[in-house]
Amino acid sequence: MAKVIKLRKGLDVNLKGKPSEETISVKCPGEYALIPDDFCGVKPKVVVKEGNAVKVGDALYVDKLHPEVKFVSPVSGTVSLVERGDRRKLLSVRVKADGKQEARSFDTKGDIKALLLESGLFAFFRSRPYDVVANPEDKPKAIFVTAFNSMPLSQNFEYALKGEEAEFQAGITALSKLAPVHLGVSKKQTNKALTDAKDCTVTIYDGPAPAGNVGVQINHISPINKGEVVWTLSGEEVIFIGRLLKTGKVDLTRTIALAGSEVKKPCYAKVLVGQQLTTLLEGNLNEGENLRIISGNVMTGVKTSKDGFLGAHATEVNVIPEGDNADEMLGWIMPRFGTFSTSRSYFSWLMGKKEFKFDARIKGGERHMIMSGEYDKVFPMDIYAGYLIKAIITGDIDRQEALGIYEVAPEDFAIAEFVDSSKLELQRIVREGLDILRKENA
Amino acid sequence: MNPIKKLFDNIRPHVEEGGKFHAFRSLVDGFETFAFVPNTTSRVGSVNIHDAIDSKRIMSFVVIALIPALLFGMYNVGYQNAVAAGGDTSDICALFLYGLLAVLPKLAVSYIVGLGIEFVVAQWKNEEIQEGFLVSGIIIPMIVPVNTPLWALALAVAFSVVFAKEIFGGTGMNIFNVALITRAFLFFSYPSKMTGDDSVWVAQEQICGLGYNVPDTFTAATPLGDAAVGTAMADPMAAIYGLIPGSIGETSVIAIALGAILLLWTGVASWKIMVSVFAGGALMGYLLQGVAGNPLEWWHQLVVGGFAFGAVFMATDPVTSARTECGKWVYGFLIGVVAVLVRVLNPGYPEGMMLAILLMNLFAPLIDYCVVQRNINKRAKRAK
Repeated sequence: MAKVIKLRKGLDVNLKGKPSEETISVKCPGEYALIPDDFCGVKPKVVVKEGNAVKVGDALYVDKLHPEVKFVSPVSGTVSLVERGDRRKLLSVRVKADGKQEARSFDTKGDIKALLLESGLFAFFRSRPYDVVANPEDKPKAIFVTAFNSMPLSQNFEYALKGEEAEFQAGITALSKLAPVHLGVSKKQTNKALTDAKDCTVTIYDGPAPAGNVGVQINHISPINKGEVVWTLSGEEVIFIGRLLKTGKVDLTRTIALAGSEVKKPCYAKVLVGQQLTTLLEGNLNEGENLRIISGNVMTGVKTSKDGFLGAHATEVNVIPEGDNADEMLGWIMPRFGTFSTSRSYFSWLMGKKEFKFDARIKGGERHMIMSGEYDKVFPMDIYAGYLIKAIITGDIDRQEALGIYEVAPEDFAIAEFVDSSKLELQRIVREGLDILRKENA
Repeated sequence: MNPIKKLFDNIRPHVEEGGKFHAFRSLVDGFETFAFVPNTTSRVGSVNIHDAIDSKRIMSFVVIALIPALLFGMYNVGYQNAVAAGGDTSDICALFLYGLLAVLPKLAVSYIVGLGIEFVVAQWKNEEIQEGFLVSGIIIPMIVPVNTPLWALALAVAFSVVFAKEIFGGTGMNIFNVALITRAFLFFSYPSKMTGDDSVWVAQEQICGLGYNVPDTFTAATPLGDAAVGTAMADPMAAIYGLIPGSIGETSVIAIALGAILLLWTGVASWKIMVSVFAGGALMGYLLQGVAGNPLEWWHQLVVGGFAFGAVFMATDPVTSARTECGKWVYGFLIGVVAVLVRVLNPGYPEGMMLAILLMNLFAPLIDYCVVQRNINKRAKRAK
């Protein structure tokens, strides 16, 4: 029987617009984009030119420092745009699909790492410390896979897994050839493919968000010390590997959740990584309001637009009102019954299991850290979150190391950022801290 | 569109950079964010939704929690004045009105001077107004004797806002509790106005025809003043109701308890600190019963003077108290211990709460250091 770890700290926010378990089919849109910003820590070097024909699995760009790490096209077609921004920063490489999905064939017999690198699936591996794309030269002490999302309005992986249990297991087995694999499963999940998965150590987590964060799981099983490296992967990316081994072809299809209060019929959809959201959202959004479309979930996702693209790691698209046209009077003293807060100075605790509708307002001004212990209540790791944040703000690298910065990723601070009464941008602070630290240690 | 919103939208261009009234940007900003929940939305790369709690809400709830003690304090000012003059104490309204007139100028001075400085600093640093002084501003008049001169109060508020808060970087960065620094400034600069038998505790003069003129020969002492010279408390229950001489807001344990319930219920103040302050005070009160001519029983220590007020409203200041959960127990306990220690063993200071909290403000980072260091050591050991 797998070990059960009970987590007490954290917070589940009950949001309106949870996806119902049915999958809609989406018309294939014309354009796909692979966005380098989704792959943290990479210096992209484009290897195609506009007008080139590409197959599924052909590299669009590679990492300048590790050219063996390839970022491949999810569709077959022609490269339509290499989009650059300020100082020629690569923003995206777009491919116009031809609808045929011709895929490059890979030899699945050889070395698994070489196969993953060549097929572009290695780009989905992330490494801690720093939460960046893994370095193939590293020797990780373990690979951590989380098989559940705990954030509000996120994808139910068990639903996405249906019918692909064999591929999932094949992926896990392949990973176990690289390093010992730890699989994190939620207490609520019953699928035998997860709870009885082979070639890995299964651990069951019971607790509120962010229990599904791989960082939280690592902290409880095998915390990262200075000098150690672990690789992390999400459940769906393990399926990518399984599909590749089975067919010899890259298939980056995800079953994403389309959720949020502004989605008419929240549901699941089978889409490709990098797919344009236009056809997915068409006719399924509430009219009138100024909307925020998020590639990813409300806590960790990135704001995009109706004609934006699905991020590489996103397992859901959430849509909420932007809220920038709201004028709520005297919020500091009004009862605000319909407004959610963890603080009892609001009355959302009276509302029982009510589902709340959130907009994207910060609902307050940024202050210095005033209240104490706010972060720790929702930060289920053996780390003093507030002190670590202060060490990052002050740029004290020795203290960051001492307080455990190697164990965290920005997403681990998402719930803390949500409850923070001082409205500090914790995820951004952590991301910038990790980037600076990585540069210093390079 | 909301007419008030429209008004702010019309004013905005004038106070922006380059506008005619740019010097008032922080003022307009301050009022606008109080009138409307700011509708700025989160940036890319940060969390998309936010809890509705913000520092305005938190500070407002502390102010609400202080109101019972403030109102009772006003009534008690009138009551003490009438008792001293041997007058009629039956007309509650008249007593309250007298107290209101006596206290209001102090409240006004505290807020005008303190917030004035806050606005100027916010403008100068190009930041938003921080709400911290809303709480300090109401606490300050409540922890001084009713006869404190307004000029001294103004000076003390200015000193503490500038030197205890702004030079450290504003709300959230200060080491010492701002309200207590104000009181400490008054206490050490104008001792004759703040303590002793110079009848500082009871309002002496008529205000607008209300109240009584108290004869010059009158002197009054607080229970702690009495205790310092070895006199036992006449009626300990009076200290619980609060009908005794003392600083304006600190006398009634019942009124303070109402505030404490609100603070604990909403989770704004740490229950750990509150409980441990009382535990520390009770323990030390018990150990020091009868020592050095101390006539007070252990539980008297908890209800007289500023003990309850300090424990509920000032020891729990999240900025200046210990920030780690273990640290809060130690921090609160030591405040209770030191407060009673100063009261009983130091003949110069009948009251020790102010000094105890300020002292522990100083030691809070050290307590936290020890707690955090344990986590750091654990991590360092693991790496070996």
